[in-house]
Amino acid sequence: MNRPLRRVAAACGLLMVLLLLNLNFIQVIKADEYRDDPKNARVLLEQYDRERGAILVASDPIAFSRETGDKLKYLRIYADGKLYAFATGYYSHIYGRSGIERSEDSILSGNDDRLFVRRIVDLLTRESTQGGTVKLTLNAAAQEAAYKGLAGRRGAVVALEPATGRILAMVSTPSFDPNELADHSGTKVTNAWQRYTEDDQMPLLNRAFNQTYPPGSTFKLVTAAAALSSGRYTPAGAVPGPARLDLPLTNVDLPNYFNGTCSPNSQTTTIKRALEKSCNTTFGAIGMDLGDEVLRKQAEAFGFGERFEVPLPVVASIFPSDLNEPQTAQSAIGQFDVRATPLEMAMVVAGIANQGVVMKPYLVEEVRAPDLDVLSRTDPEELGRAIRPQVAADLTAIMISVVDNGTATNAQIDGIDVAGKTGTAQVGVGKNPHAWFVCFAPADDPKIAIAVVLENGGSERQIEVGGNLLAAPIARAVMEAILGR
Amino acid sequence: MSSSAPSVASASVNSRRMTELFLLIFAWGLSVAAYANAGYGVTNEWPPGLVGYAVTLGAYSLVAHLAVRQFARYADPIVLPAVMLLQGLGLALIYRLDLDDKSPSERSFGPLAPRGDSGIQLIWAAIGILLFVAVLVVIRDHRLLQRYTYTAGAAGLILLAIPALLPAQYSQVNGARIWVRFSGFSIQPGEFAKLLLIVFFAGYLVVKRDVLALASRRVLGIDLPRGRDLGPIVLAWLASLAVLIAERDLGSSLLFFGVFVVLLYVATERTSWLFFGFIMFVSGAYFAYQNFGHVHRRVEIWLHPFKPEYVTDASYQLVQGLFGFSTGGILGTGLGQGRPNIVPYANTDFILATGGEELGLTGLMAIIVLYGVIVHRGLRAALAARDSFGKLLAAGLAVILALQVFVVVGGVTRLIPLTGLTTPFLSYGGSSLVANWALVALLLRVSDAARRPAPPPAPTTDAETLVVRP
Repeated sequence: MNRPLRRVAAACGLLMVLLLLNLNFIQVIKADEYRDDPKNARVLLEQYDRERGAILVASDPIAFSRETGDKLKYLRIYADGKLYAFATGYYSHIYGRSGIERSEDSILSGNDDRLFVRRIVDLLTRESTQGGTVKLTLNAAAQEAAYKGLAGRRGAVVALEPATGRILAMVSTPSFDPNELADHSGTKVTNAWQRYTEDDQMPLLNRAFNQTYPPGSTFKLVTAAAALSSGRYTPAGAVPGPARLDLPLTNVDLPNYFNGTCSPNSQTTTIKRALEKSCNTTFGAIGMDLGDEVLRKQAEAFGFGERFEVPLPVVASIFPSDLNEPQTAQSAIGQFDVRATPLEMAMVVAGIANQGVVMKPYLVEEVRAPDLDVLSRTDPEELGRAIRPQVAADLTAIMISVVDNGTATNAQIDGIDVAGKTGTAQVGVGKNPHAWFVCFAPADDPKIAIAVVLENGGSERQIEVGGNLLAAPIARAVMEAILGR
Repeated sequence: MSSSAPSVASASVNSRRMTELFLLIFAWGLSVAAYANAGYGVTNEWPPGLVGYAVTLGAYSLVAHLAVRQFARYADPIVLPAVMLLQGLGLALIYRLDLDDKSPSERSFGPLAPRGDSGIQLIWAAIGILLFVAVLVVIRDHRLLQRYTYTAGAAGLILLAIPALLPAQYSQVNGARIWVRFSGFSIQPGEFAKLLLIVFFAGYLVVKRDVLALASRRVLGIDLPRGRDLGPIVLAWLASLAVLIAERDLGSSLLFFGVFVVLLYVATERTSWLFFGFIMFVSGAYFAYQNFGHVHRRVEIWLHPFKPEYVTDASYQLVQGLFGFSTGGILGTGLGQGRPNIVPYANTDFILATGGEELGLTGLMAIIVLYGVIVHRGLRAALAARDSFGKLLAAGLAVILALQVFVVVGGVTRLIPLTGLTTPFLSYGGSSLVANWALVALLLRVSDAARRPAPPPAPTTDAETLVVRP
């Protein structure tokens, strides 16, 4: 019986070797893959075991971690959840992260390379590792004014500091409460998520950065900038201003939104007056005269066609290519397939306000270690020069008069020159148009540039009224918050 | 070896009991260190009952050692320390899981030992070692067991069948009907049936081996047994399937059939039995896969553990266990530094995942090698045994241990589908621990007989009949 016994012994040995090989496979070859698998409950517990750093506005934490008694050690708390929802984003153990929670995750979690030495020290001293702090550029007063102004509506507000590109306000409504998604109860989180994702108002969509709208008449600023930059137009020189503009290749005309010519009893007008009255025919004609290539170059100089990371990702705004003449005329007044994010339109006015230089927008002011040492501070960066200073000055003068005696009277602030432009973007038959307002102030020393959009906020009958009636007061409230009025 | 040396002196030297003692001291030291390390790792302070625990564990080792010294003087010196070390590591791991799972009052310390699962396990270990001693004392010669071949077979079958015959409320836990539960106390009779059935297999095959080995026809180069000789293997196969169906116990079913086929092969030296056994295993496995939901599910989970619909539910345990192994990596997180309690049943079926996470590949390889050593020593006893019954008995005990380790470790590491079996000596659970201590006692009993120097006036006829191979 010894021969089979030896074979059995060999077979048992083989079984053990198989086990050992398989263990090597799992614990060495597959180790990294399995260890970092998001389904690995350890990854999650590890993550929640550290005190995640706070997100600050000025010196107030708008997101911070509080110790709990449950298995996930720290709970993420958003002090004013809905107000800052799209800046902070959410931090969910089921649906991951968004906003700054995602973009600055390595700092907040403490995993950043810049925190490496501190982690080693923590390890040696058996201190628990903490995350770093992220300070935002947002201004609480401006943010609150914008959020209040948008209450009950779908829309967005973006406010920039023209000289630097700092984002002073960024609001999108309807908003969501990130506390509901950061909850440690799985059912609560999934219920909230379901409610938000099934809501046709799309409360999880950041309209300020990730939604593009036809910019409507606010785009006439870009067309005017291209015209004045071309050297063939001056603010006061004669330009076409008929009641209806005949579009070649088609049998339709481009009318003004009001019945009549731009200047009373004349087929011509000036760029200044055309902007004040928001004449479609004038800018349609100028657009066809300049051609789509010139318009596109001007738009791109203001940032169209580029995706930004502020560090939140911002979708690119679009000026379409390969346009025929009627399409060019439509595009010149911000219709057809021109689409812009609220941030982009704020960059356009900020560029005009900053004497023609467009600054890169940014949301993170500085990043600090857990001991509050500043690790890095964002320096303002030029995106490029969009227009000459003289053109910027000309446009500023016109925009002041748009507010003083044109279509944007609701943006007036006593004692301060506000430069602005309204817009109404058609979005198809039977739907109310989007109402826009863009502006900056004070005109002689701009501190803030704003874009406001209200989805379907205009009225079908009172075309071009929505911008002034609904959007301009919101912009005004934000300006007053920043300028201390 | 001993024939040339002076008889009395050589006998005492060759018993190698001092080797065993030194190895036991080593195992004891390692076990106590692991226990202290686990406590310190979780709570940042030494376990309050450390001294009491060390004394208790030392007493266990000493009692077992003295029993072997007295009643199985020539037994293998390595098996007992290896088992003690596994037992000590198991206690440390269970204690470590207690610290995370139990509330402070549940895990508070008694004067000598911890409470919680590790405290209960410590009591089971005492019972196991007492049974170990009892087996050595009562069964002075393993051939005694051969007399009770059919009694053991009947008793084994009855024990195996009890849970299936009891109402489910007394026998079913998590789907498997393998328990007998009464007044807060539960045992798995199958663990003891394991031993009785091996005694039966060995005794039965010793008698029948000639018939089963010789009468055969050659077909296509393979020796085929006669139809009527297929009876026993078919019966074993049916019994295994019955266990699978009635008790939903995939693991035990596989163990019994596997051991029977291996012993049949060892007894008859006919490879064809392995062939037959394999065919029957495959067909039985396929039949079970097709017809039983729980078997089908196990296989599906094994094949696709990361499927989204399984991963949070059906395969959660397996997948989190795999993640545990990987998190441990080569060196492990260190005792008390990981999160092994994420895995459901971390201290029973998945105790190896706990070990894998905190002791790493290094620790697990050591554990597998320890099992390998015990199996190897068992098979050596089988080789050296002077009687056929002893050979088959030792082989059966060693092989069932090897198979159980393979099935449970392979299961939790996804080498094969998962079956619910305990990890011998490591897992929390009394029946398995106590039964395995009895298994070790029987193994040492055979080993003692095998290594015992032949009495000087050895009857030559006896020796010759033993040397001649059938």
